[in-house]
Amino acid sequence: MINTKAKLSLKQAILGVTAIAGLVFAGQAHAEELRLLTWGGYAPESVVKQFKEETGIDVKVTKSNNEEMIAKLRATGGGGFDLAQPSQDRISGAQAEHRIYKPIDLSKIDSSQFIGSMLEATKTNTTYKGDVYGVPHVWGTSGLVLNTKLASTVKDYTDLCNDAVAGKVSYRLKRPTLIGFAFALGHDPFAAYGDKAKYEEIMGDVESKLISCKANVKTYWEGGDALLNLVRSGEVVAAMAWDTGGWKLNNDNADVTFVAPKSGALGWIDTFVLPKKTENEAAAYKWINFVMRPEVAAQITAAAGNFTASKGADEHADDKLKAQFQSSFPQADLDNIKWYPTVPPGLETIEGKVLDRVKAASSN
Amino acid sequence: MSTLQMVSGTEKSTTIPMIKLGTFLLMLPLLLWLFLLIILPHLDLLTVSLREKLGYREYAFSFQNYIEFFTEPLYWNTFVRTAVMSIVATAITLVVGFPVSYYIAKVLKGKKRNLLFMMCLIPFWVSELVRTFGWMILLRESGVISSFLQWAGLVDGPVELLYSDATLMVGLVYTSMLFMVVPLVSVLDTLDDSLIEAGYDLGGSTYSILREIVIPHAMPGIASGCIVVFMLTLGNYLTPTLLGGKDSLWFTEQIYNQFITRFNWESGSAFGFLLLFLSSAIVFVGLKLSRQTLADTVK
Repeated sequence: MINTKAKLSLKQAILGVTAIAGLVFAGQAHAEELRLLTWGGYAPESVVKQFKEETGIDVKVTKSNNEEMIAKLRATGGGGFDLAQPSQDRISGAQAEHRIYKPIDLSKIDSSQFIGSMLEATKTNTTYKGDVYGVPHVWGTSGLVLNTKLASTVKDYTDLCNDAVAGKVSYRLKRPTLIGFAFALGHDPFAAYGDKAKYEEIMGDVESKLISCKANVKTYWEGGDALLNLVRSGEVVAAMAWDTGGWKLNNDNADVTFVAPKSGALGWIDTFVLPKKTENEAAAYKWINFVMRPEVAAQITAAAGNFTASKGADEHADDKLKAQFQSSFPQADLDNIKWYPTVPPGLETIEGKVLDRVKAASSN
Repeated sequence: MSTLQMVSGTEKSTTIPMIKLGTFLLMLPLLLWLFLLIILPHLDLLTVSLREKLGYREYAFSFQNYIEFFTEPLYWNTFVRTAVMSIVATAITLVVGFPVSYYIAKVLKGKKRNLLFMMCLIPFWVSELVRTFGWMILLRESGVISSFLQWAGLVDGPVELLYSDATLMVGLVYTSMLFMVVPLVSVLDTLDDSLIEAGYDLGGSTYSILREIVIPHAMPGIASGCIVVFMLTLGNYLTPTLLGGKDSLWFTEQIYNQFITRFNWESGSAFGFLLLFLSSAIVFVGLKLSRQTLADTVK
């Protein structure tokens, strides 16, 4: 008797183990994954969790920036990720050069969730050979982050070179700075995008301004956190930076805020694109439609500090952020935002040389 | 007769001894490592560096990227600046590191010796990034040293100690100190104390003993320490970027910029190769001047 019982239980045990093993395997086969290449704050924990609950898809988030995104996708020929979020001006050029993206099937996207004008503008800007490659997600601007008490004389990018703020200024040595200074010097670099000679002339002008301005600069900031630290500690009173940085600092110190410069803040839109070798397109579309829902988009706005292209999300946004946005952007400044057009080939080489020469110039 | 012997006996006219196969198998991980992770990527870089971009997806064979390095003074100056700064940093590291190593190896005994050696090692248990940030906390305008000087009444306002070539040099010397001390301690360890005593017995001064006995004996250690420190400094990316600030153009930064922010892999690869060759040339000249051979330094 005892013997049979033991045998039975052994058999049961084996069956049980097999069943569990089977479940594990089945589970593995069904656990879907979406590998997302994005910016910090664009896929907050809570949103990822909610998406998993709703669809069963795991989102694996990799945080990056424009240049790194393109470099990563280029190195793998558009593989390794299922969905990426470069800025809209970096799509058709990169596609023409490296073939790293896949056209978006607009029929799979719920366009009613988008702010119409922004969706249309992004579609136009990211079209390459008749195919649309990007839809908008998060947008924001770069302009001036100022300590309004100590740097009240700064109204435009070129004012960063004033004696009043000498040694207490910081900006990046990247293309937005070149574009911003070009506008502040009275040029229109975007209009000269098609005319290389003209563009080179403008950049030459910007170069001499930036070199003469170098003595004023404390350091060229690299990461957003480094800049926040510089302003928070009072070592820097005026900087060229993103709007969210200014609003974050405003929470700690009411004197510091984001100001749209006289020549216009520079507007960017980060998008959704499909890498060429995406392995889970269905999940990518599900994610896009999910995060564009107004209440989800509001959560992303809260995490990233920037507004999204989702229609109606503003109603769910934090009142403080809305107030900060309205005080930084009166209607006239909002209309004056300069949106980045697509970068044509060859310009980055010109800009690169200018940046190198500014960096190499001696500051006195 | 084992199968292996049969194979080696029949396939080749000259018999390959068993030991060769064993050595080969033992070396296989190293060979694979070298080939797959060092040689193959370098060959790829070489082909990339030898092409010129004509337009979208259009490339042609050309030496343009290399020519550009020599014709554009900007890149050339950056390299010279990086090389000179690295040589100076190596020299300072040697001058600071030698007495320290001598003290550890020859003067101290037992526990004290181990303790001091450990104290040189411990800072390297944390990553370079953390150490560099440590310097930034100390030296920045609102940092520890500036606040202390103001508190002590030595200065009136805040002083900025960061973002200058001197700070950069301090950072570089600090980062590479260990790589100078370790080879020097081990080479000085092998110097017999009786040789130094004999020198004194024969009426030598401290200076002449240092010059005639200690330094000639330590030469291989000095050479290997200098090579390691020079190469590390030349290839350093973090310290120059973080401590050097607005004037710190470093050659590795230039390569990073070409690859990541300019998408110009062609000239980035060319710069990488030039860095490899030019730094090897500097090491070669250094060895020739000090009459050392590379084989001596790795003994």
